Amino acid sequence: MLEAAGLECERGGRTLFRALSFALRNGESLRIAGPNGSGKTSLLRILCGLLTPSEGEVRWNGTRIQGLAEEYTRRLVYLGHAAALKDELTPLENLDVASRLAGAQIQPDALRWALSTLAVPDLPVRKLSQGQRRRAALARLLLSESAPLWLLDEPFAALDAGASSFVEELIARHVSAGGSVAYTTHQPSGLDAAARVIQL
Amino acid sequence: MLEVLRTIVRRDLLLALRRRSDVATALLFFIIVASLFPLGIGAEPNQLRAIAPGVIWVAALLSSMLSLGRLFAGDYADGTLEQIMLGAAPLGVVVAAKAFAHWLVSGLPLVLIAPLIALQYDVAPPLYGVLALSLLLGTPVLSIIGGIGAALTLGLRGGGVLLSLLVLPLYVPVLVLGAGSVDVAAAGLASDGQLLLLAALLVIAAAFAPWATAAALRISLE
Repeated sequence: MLEAAGLECERGGRTLFRALSFALRNGESLRIAGPNGSGKTSLLRILCGLLTPSEGEVRWNGTRIQGLAEEYTRRLVYLGHAAALKDELTPLENLDVASRLAGAQIQPDALRWALSTLAVPDLPVRKLSQGQRRRAALARLLLSESAPLWLLDEPFAALDAGASSFVEELIARHVSAGGSVAYTTHQPSGLDAAARVIQL
Repeated sequence: MLEVLRTIVRRDLLLALRRRSDVATALLFFIIVASLFPLGIGAEPNQLRAIAPGVIWVAALLSSMLSLGRLFAGDYADGTLEQIMLGAAPLGVVVAAKAFAHWLVSGLPLVLIAPLIALQYDVAPPLYGVLALSLLLGTPVLSIIGGIGAALTLGLRGGGVLLSLLVLPLYVPVLVLGAGSVDVAAAGLASDGQLLLLAALLVIAAAFAPWATAAALRISLE
């Protein structure tokens, strides 16, 4: 269970949010809503531990995440704004490196299956379109079913309708299997009905 | 953890292989800077022999500086650095792996080509070994310590100049010991002392600097 207690975030001398508390239990999804610049990405980065909140703390199963370090990060998947892909490498090489960095040893066949499921072509990432890059980044989700916590920043950005509904399905399946998801989005999606909303 | 180390080194080498021009520029810079001095000073063999160790070492420092800015910049820009920080291995280990890959690409070629440069300065052949050995021990220290500066200046505008101002003073002990070892050997004395001190510097830097770099990266990413 992920708990946020009294979070306050200050960026560039401006307070984005204060006294923000919530809990995200297993099998729950949470939509972080708000206009541009309201601190959605900052909140996700705080939940990952990439950003330290100016007040408050984040707890995973009752322990502060700063104390858990790798114990905590191993249990989460974070997909940020940037796709974390290297232009010079192919999507397969990128996915291989990403999964090894996350501490998982995944067979090349599984990597290829994840990429072909999302219809990512086998070209250097430099030659891919924005949507194809996004798909290559999202392929990590297909291989991370075992990570209980997914933190997704704009997972539907730049995706076409088919890919969007595929990702929706993927997230819904993860939640029904007992995982938890926190995501930000501007587009209405099929997940919104089941998700709790935090308005920033 | 070893797996992550291996992954990072292999990935950085693969990236260097696909961006060969980056590697070539640092090496050519070293060769050109070291070749300018004989042209500027004139071909007086005794003078050239006297300045050779210092000039070759300063050129090595500058050439190592040149590629330092790219150590984390690429990973920072495309979001890979965030994923690395959320990865399974402690950040210090990843930093050490990146510094090692940086040395393989920017330091090791200098070690191999230094005897050729020394030829231009009419350095006595028995000294080639000492020169190469001092570079072999010293250039990894440059990559490891330089990482701290690269991490601190990450994402800053005009970070390149600031990086040199931060890092070059830290390079002084390496320069003094490295050039000193060749000077001492040229005077016919044993240079073991300088080389052992360089080795000690390498051990200390490898043990502590990656953690300082990791802390600097955390600050830069906030």
